Amino acid sequence: MRYYTDEHEWIDVEGDIATVGITEYAQGQLGDIVFVELPEVGALIEQGKDAAVVESVKAASDVYAPITGEITEVNPALEEDPALVNTSPEDGGWFFKMTIADEGELDSLMDEDGYKAFVEGL
Amino acid sequence: MTDHDTAEEHLEDIPLDALPLDSWHRAKGARMVPFAGYEMPIQYEGIVAEHNWTRESAGLFDVSHMGQLLLSGPGLDAAVEAVLPIDLSTLKLGQQRYSLLLDEDGGVLDDLMVSRWPDALYLVVNGATKWDDMGTLREALPDDITLNYLDDRALLALQGPKAADALARHATGEYPLSALTFMKFGQFKLAGHDVTIARAGYTGEDGFEISLPADAAAEIADLLCAEPEVKPIGLGARDSLRLEAGLPLYGHDMSPETSPIEAGLIFGINKRRRTEGGFQGADRIIREIAEGTARKWVGLNIAGRLPAREGAEVFAGADHIGTVTSGGFSPTLGAPIAMAYVAAQHAAIGTALEVEVRGKRLAATVAPTPFVPHRYFRGS
Repeated sequence: MRYYTDEHEWIDVEGDIATVGITEYAQGQLGDIVFVELPEVGALIEQGKDAAVVESVKAASDVYAPITGEITEVNPALEEDPALVNTSPEDGGWFFKMTIADEGELDSLMDEDGYKAFVEGL
Repeated sequence: MTDHDTAEEHLEDIPLDALPLDSWHRAKGARMVPFAGYEMPIQYEGIVAEHNWTRESAGLFDVSHMGQLLLSGPGLDAAVEAVLPIDLSTLKLGQQRYSLLLDEDGGVLDDLMVSRWPDALYLVVNGATKWDDMGTLREALPDDITLNYLDDRALLALQGPKAADALARHATGEYPLSALTFMKFGQFKLAGHDVTIARAGYTGEDGFEISLPADAAAEIADLLCAEPEVKPIGLGARDSLRLEAGLPLYGHDMSPETSPIEAGLIFGINKRRRTEGGFQGADRIIREIAEGTARKWVGLNIAGRLPAREGAEVFAGADHIGTVTSGGFSPTLGAPIAMAYVAAQHAAIGTALEVEVRGKRLAATVAPTPFVPHRYFRGS
């Protein structure tokens, strides 16, 4: 099941691990991405707090943790090729995986249709 | 996901004016952002693509937010020399020169271009400062000097190695466009309209700045963009291009808190004026020319891929010795570059320094500027 935040992160839940990235809309807004600063594996991050920073040619942008949890893995491909976030934001350009500390937090997020409607309203 | 604080965001509550090409930009798919009190195109297809296109072919930039001013009246040269550190005795008809508007303490109020027109001086000043500039000039100049704000004119810049070929197909005048060399200008016709074309720009490339009637702007922008070499380019690439060219941006790299000498802009203080003085801020400028400055504006090559942006602090070991004023990722070099004020003893080319970004120290080296060589047309 894939959820979305109003800060344009997506979160894929498989069992007790969630994979997080930014949406197609977000990468389009950011433009050419030249660097992604990822969290440390093992870091405990609260919902809504800074988890990563995306540097485009234009500016630096924060990416927030969509839920509370511990970082279990970061995408090693982004170090070599940060532009993966532009070319494959919702697949190969994922940012990190994390545990799900409180499944209840998922209830506050949007599903795909909800996010689509949200973006159309922007 | 949220953009970090940028200067533009603070302008959101101010009502924004539309420039002559506003709807033209939107029709071309531009993303518009608030800038200098206007809605301006930050990008069309993407900053890196637009940046590279300008370096390889030709880009059309709308810079109509900039202020075009015309000064005229009796004793014009002497009156203007009492304000600007320019030597107007060597500025001939058809020539353009870089100059500076300084405050009484030698701080930079603006940088500008001054051109000699018949019986007048034509100035191009920054968009964000144009209203203040007009106030400063009006106050400093005698009452019988007329200051006209040419708000019925638009300004387009055509920049890149193929700009001359594309523009020459349309520009007609008393002499061919190829007779214009860097920092010269002339009167031409484009699509039947009277325009002034200067061979100058803000990208480091050969190129032109075209002053034209605002109501002809869309027609002429269409005419130029119909040429296969030309695409419209937004503010985003304008910034990355000027950074690679080592050119300062007012309000970031210089301000009332910086002097032109520490910024390395001594060429903006013409030779005769360095000894004679007699312009606003002359005392400090002449002293700094003689004694040097405590800090200098330098280029930095930054190791890795993480850009250091405006405000990042610069260190030599444990000592905080400077601050980045402009920084970003250079599409041409494929690496981060920055400009910074650093303590003069750390300003030599090749000096190893560090820049702090979000608590991380990045290795940086003082670099020669421009980062990407200028390719101005100085004659064949």
